[in-house]
Amino acid sequence: MDDLKRVILDYVKREYLEDGDDRIVAEDTPLITGGIVDSFSMVSLKRFLEKKCAIQIPDDQATPAAFDTVNEIAALVERIRGRRAPA
Amino acid sequence: MADVCATVPTYEERLSGFDWSLAERELGHRPGEPMNIGWYCTDRICASGHGSRAALIWEDSHGAGRSYTFDDLRVLSNTIARYLARLGLEPGDRICLFMDRVPELYIGFLGILKMGGIAQPLFSAFGEDSLWTRLDDAGTAAIITQRKHLPKVRRIRDRLPGLSRVVVVDAGASALQPGEMALALDDEPRVDRFEAHPTGSETPSVLHYTSGTTGRPKGAQHVHGSLVAQYLTAKWVLDLRPDDIYWCNADPGWVTGTSYGIIGPWANGVTQVVLDAGFNAAQWYGFLQRHRVTVWYSAPTAIRLLMREGADLVRRFDLGALRHLASVGEPLNPEAVIWSREVFGRPFHDTFWQTETGCIVITNFPGMPIKAGSMGRPFPGITAAVVDPRTAEPLPPGRVGLIALRPGWPSMMRAYWRNPDGYAAKFRNGWYLCGDRASVDADGYFWFVGRDDDVINTGGHLVGPFEIESALLEHRAVAESAAVAKPDPVNMEVVKAFVTLKPGFEPSDDLELEIMNVVRRKLSPLAMPQAIEFVQALPKTRSGKIVRRVLRAKEWGEPIGDISTLMDE
Repeated sequence: MDDLKRVILDYVKREYLEDGDDRIVAEDTPLITGGIVDSFSMVSLKRFLEKKCAIQIPDDQATPAAFDTVNEIAALVERIRGRRAPA
Repeated sequence: MADVCATVPTYEERLSGFDWSLAERELGHRPGEPMNIGWYCTDRICASGHGSRAALIWEDSHGAGRSYTFDDLRVLSNTIARYLARLGLEPGDRICLFMDRVPELYIGFLGILKMGGIAQPLFSAFGEDSLWTRLDDAGTAAIITQRKHLPKVRRIRDRLPGLSRVVVVDAGASALQPGEMALALDDEPRVDRFEAHPTGSETPSVLHYTSGTTGRPKGAQHVHGSLVAQYLTAKWVLDLRPDDIYWCNADPGWVTGTSYGIIGPWANGVTQVVLDAGFNAAQWYGFLQRHRVTVWYSAPTAIRLLMREGADLVRRFDLGALRHLASVGEPLNPEAVIWSREVFGRPFHDTFWQTETGCIVITNFPGMPIKAGSMGRPFPGITAAVVDPRTAEPLPPGRVGLIALRPGWPSMMRAYWRNPDGYAAKFRNGWYLCGDRASVDADGYFWFVGRDDDVINTGGHLVGPFEIESALLEHRAVAESAAVAKPDPVNMEVVKAFVTLKPGFEPSDDLELEIMNVVRRKLSPLAMPQAIEFVQALPKTRSGKIVRRVLRAKEWGEPIGDISTLMDE
């Protein structure tokens, strides 16, 4: 697992799972459809990513589908980072 | 386009000679006889020869599914009722359901009612402070929950001396603590015969908590007689018929999820489908297609999220079984009505009601022309008006005032739990005041304007600013706080917090995120501020009371109004 995915996964486990919640969460675990992160909590996850990765995620890209797994979130972050990179 | 369906009676025909007793006759209930919602939703349907009809078709986010007939519902709700009675729980005890949308939630609700308990459903995303406040206020005797929510319950249990039993429906091999017990419904001996407690029409049935501007959330207490209104409104407004497949998106932690996600459809003997999963447009359309859903009761926030995903996605699915769409929770914007006509071939019908009313009170009926953006007209048997906020006298058409209802319909709340003053404050001049502003036009259609208080309607859920501000103040950096509604294109409103910091703390992105997460964990994701503005001072009256309306007006670009009474900064 790369560093970005690990950072996101650690944050999700720390913030959105209760202490004692024994569900296994991996990079491909559905977060939104799986009920771990709801659409309101997505805002705090988005804010975390923007702060941690020094990016701005446009609202129209912060969709439930784009945030449904750690893999998809990491891909979104990489796309935004790539767009921002100088040619 | 007049969305008139020729096969249902017109609004005027429904109104003519209306009396709630017609619903009682259809239910086969005679005045003075016992009335138990649990029995009417299960045993009565089986006794009428429909025990083998599917009652609940349930799926989770992984696609796993289970199906229950009405006879299954009858037997399993008996099983839970007897289980609870054998635990020593008694009629009148408040029994909380704190679960995701798993079958045990729906069946447990009916089981509690059958043994005479008062069902207290709570949203499973509530944090421990929100949970504690509501359990403490209700004096709850037992809670039925899932393993994943058990840590929250354990953290507050020592502050809830009356909470003597914690029932875990999926405990498996988990170690349980004293006072905790496992209920594995599949393994429990099935109870074919259980004498439902002979509750009367006025016996308390359900306790739903709702937030106000000040103080703790209030427990709106309903009675078994609410069935009469929930049965008839489900039949006439949602147009439920015996062969329908019905989907209500609402979670039973909120009143829509019980009135129209349990009682209304099952009292009508209708099959309902439940998807225990978060939002995903393609998954939702696939669910509608797979189960050939015919009637769909959704919410404006969900509809706006679907709109964002576009019309092309809808067209990949066969949704031809859909024949009636309705919406609740917040005003349905005209664009959503127009969009649904385009993509589903039929409009969403807006319905208006609230926790306290127990049933739909103002609505766009099937068989009635829809004015896009309007709330519709009062349900027969409901006397509604827009009244002057000062005098509580009805206003002429076109004038904005408060939505008011004449008390007396069957599902009206009977009390706020142990809060007679709060209950009395909801009535003036013989009207129940909903707390919403609207106007009524010359045709009798109501048009929503906004809340009349500081309560925040986010995604169709009411959140009280007082609870949020109290949670904010528990953060070590926060000196003062105010929570107001901020406009939002999807959720209509979201929470925005204004915060002053204690000496030694500086505004930062880290601090903002930390405060957001503290509120989310303590209260709920709904209550989490979606934005926090750090300010030097908050607007206050000279007596030191924070004036939220000034902050709210700034967020909405509205006139601030009279500020002569504010403290000079």
